[in-house]
Amino acid sequence: MGLNKRDVTLLVIVAILCLFAPFILNPFPEGSAMAQFNAGYPDLMQRLVIFGIFAIGFNILFGLTGYLSFGHAAFLGVGSYAAIWMMKLLTMNVIPAIIISVLVAGLFSLLVGWISLRRSGIYFSILTLAFAQMSYSLAYSVLTPITGGETGLQPKVNDPRILDGALAEGQTPRANLFGLQMNQSYEMAVGDWVFTFNAGYYLAAIVMLIAFYISIRIFRSPFGMMLRAVKSNQQRLNYTGLNAKPYTLAAFVISGMYAGLAGGLLVAMDTQVGAERMFWTASGEVVLMTILGGAGTLIGPVLGAGFIKYMENIVSKINKSILEQWFAFMPDGIEDLLVTLVYPFIGKGWHLTLGILFMLVVIFLPGGLVEGGQRVGRLFKRKKPAGDKPDGKTTPAE
Amino acid sequence: MGILEVKNVGKRFGGLQALGDVNLSVKENSVHAIIGPNGAGKSTLLNCLVGKLIPDTGSVMFDGQSVLGRKPYEINQMGISRVFQTPEIFADLSVMENMMIPCFAKRDGAFQLNAISSIPSQKDMIERAEHMLEDMNMADKREMHAGSLSRGDKRRLEIGMCLSQEPRLLLLDEPTAGMARADTNNTIDLLKQISEERDITIAIIEHDMHVVFSLAERITVLAQGTPLVEDTPDNIKGNPKVREAYLGETQEAA
Repeated sequence: MGLNKRDVTLLVIVAILCLFAPFILNPFPEGSAMAQFNAGYPDLMQRLVIFGIFAIGFNILFGLTGYLSFGHAAFLGVGSYAAIWMMKLLTMNVIPAIIISVLVAGLFSLLVGWISLRRSGIYFSILTLAFAQMSYSLAYSVLTPITGGETGLQPKVNDPRILDGALAEGQTPRANLFGLQMNQSYEMAVGDWVFTFNAGYYLAAIVMLIAFYISIRIFRSPFGMMLRAVKSNQQRLNYTGLNAKPYTLAAFVISGMYAGLAGGLLVAMDTQVGAERMFWTASGEVVLMTILGGAGTLIGPVLGAGFIKYMENIVSKINKSILEQWFAFMPDGIEDLLVTLVYPFIGKGWHLTLGILFMLVVIFLPGGLVEGGQRVGRLFKRKKPAGDKPDGKTTPAE
Repeated sequence: MGILEVKNVGKRFGGLQALGDVNLSVKENSVHAIIGPNGAGKSTLLNCLVGKLIPDTGSVMFDGQSVLGRKPYEINQMGISRVFQTPEIFADLSVMENMMIPCFAKRDGAFQLNAISSIPSQKDMIERAEHMLEDMNMADKREMHAGSLSRGDKRRLEIGMCLSQEPRLLLLDEPTAGMARADTNNTIDLLKQISEERDITIAIIEHDMHVVFSLAERITVLAQGTPLVEDTPDNIKGNPKVREAYLGETQEAA
């Protein structure tokens, strides 16, 4: 496959994790006190891999070239709108929707990148932010005929859908892959555990693996090396006969296409779009994911995306009565105190927890969760008798 | 006709006439030094040659073609490589990667979307970079982080990167500035070896007289933005105008 041994191992590990995610994410039996930490339900699993794709693409731009875009949610949104229009006009099959979402986002990012990359550093970031906010406002107001404005878009029964046959009476249009419906699930009960295998999740996971494989190839290619050179020293690059602009633009468009792919998949899983997914906080979220996981590393963005989406969906669901249950074994006064202390960090306060974790990671682990993993790994290595290699780290950390 | 022909070049920054009326001809396969006291316009002249600055007047011809109005990367692709005063290398990349990038730039031009092939499959590029590392006596450092090299090794690496593009003209901007005497001598030896072994023209801007007199075949003395005199090192040594220009500087500095 054109990969070295370590990269193949990494890809295989990720593939196995994706395949067995319904088990891995559901470690607690149904009905137990810990069941709320289970993340093995289709909606969340789909989000984990789709935002993984988004972050993998963002990392090709930010991790390799160092250009920090604050507007990538715009490409995700544009991809989503393109996908939903394919579903309205062509077919509920997700394949054309996904392909068109990538192409449209690619074209849009070519335009935005061509203009924004005239500047670098903070000015580049502000330009991308401005573009994203313009796209958001336009989607909300002027472009309502195309975007559905505040209500957004979803497939309707009377849409043309020229490739699909007419729907039977009382049937609603559902996203499918050649007849296999995306929301179709198979539930397997083992004792108290229930594991859900969802068609949409596995489609998204396969797409994520392909996206991950392509990203490894880009990282290991001469093109990827040039992108790292852009980040390292543009002056030297220019005086080495290389034009930085097309390199950064290509990276920008590739990452825009990844964002479009994520947007298209979101629509394939849940057939509706609203302008809010282009809001600047969504652009900021992918920056957090990439930095939290480890910018410039291969697996980091996937970890970061998984971590944040898990927090968003799990920590935010813990409420006061659950807390009271947890601390019920304590004496009354202490129980109340603990509940009061922990309460701001859960439920709607999950952002506070995320913010603190983000600060801790940036201060103590500048290389993100990946660096944390490496440190733990090195700790274990050191305990073994000293090998012949003084330090296993010869290539840049991935 | 020299390989580099500078004619009537002038450059003004606001009220300061940095370059007055510079004429310079660098002969092919020679080592030509440009010296002068601080503020003589040496760096401005160099920046005009590589596309960082565009002169207000005059022309700069390289091998019969004008370089004016071209971007630095285009001028580099014409065959002019530049070594900076403080070594400019890709500090976050390995030594080997540093050496491969100019090899790719030489083969593929200013841009190539080579996103799917892997680096290990580019055998000819690896061979070329390894060869150059050996020439620079750095083969044992190939996996090192370029940023962690010593100052002297960074300089060697940068010169090696420039040479791996097989440039016709190598421009050096005070290549020994801030170096210890031993490193300076190593650099002098390296440059001597390069000019003897390769078909290359070297133009060097330098402050250090020791470096200039051990390397140069021709010397141009620049003072207050205009060339004072151009001659062989021996004649320059005895030239009273040159002494005056430098003596004036020492008096000011004192």
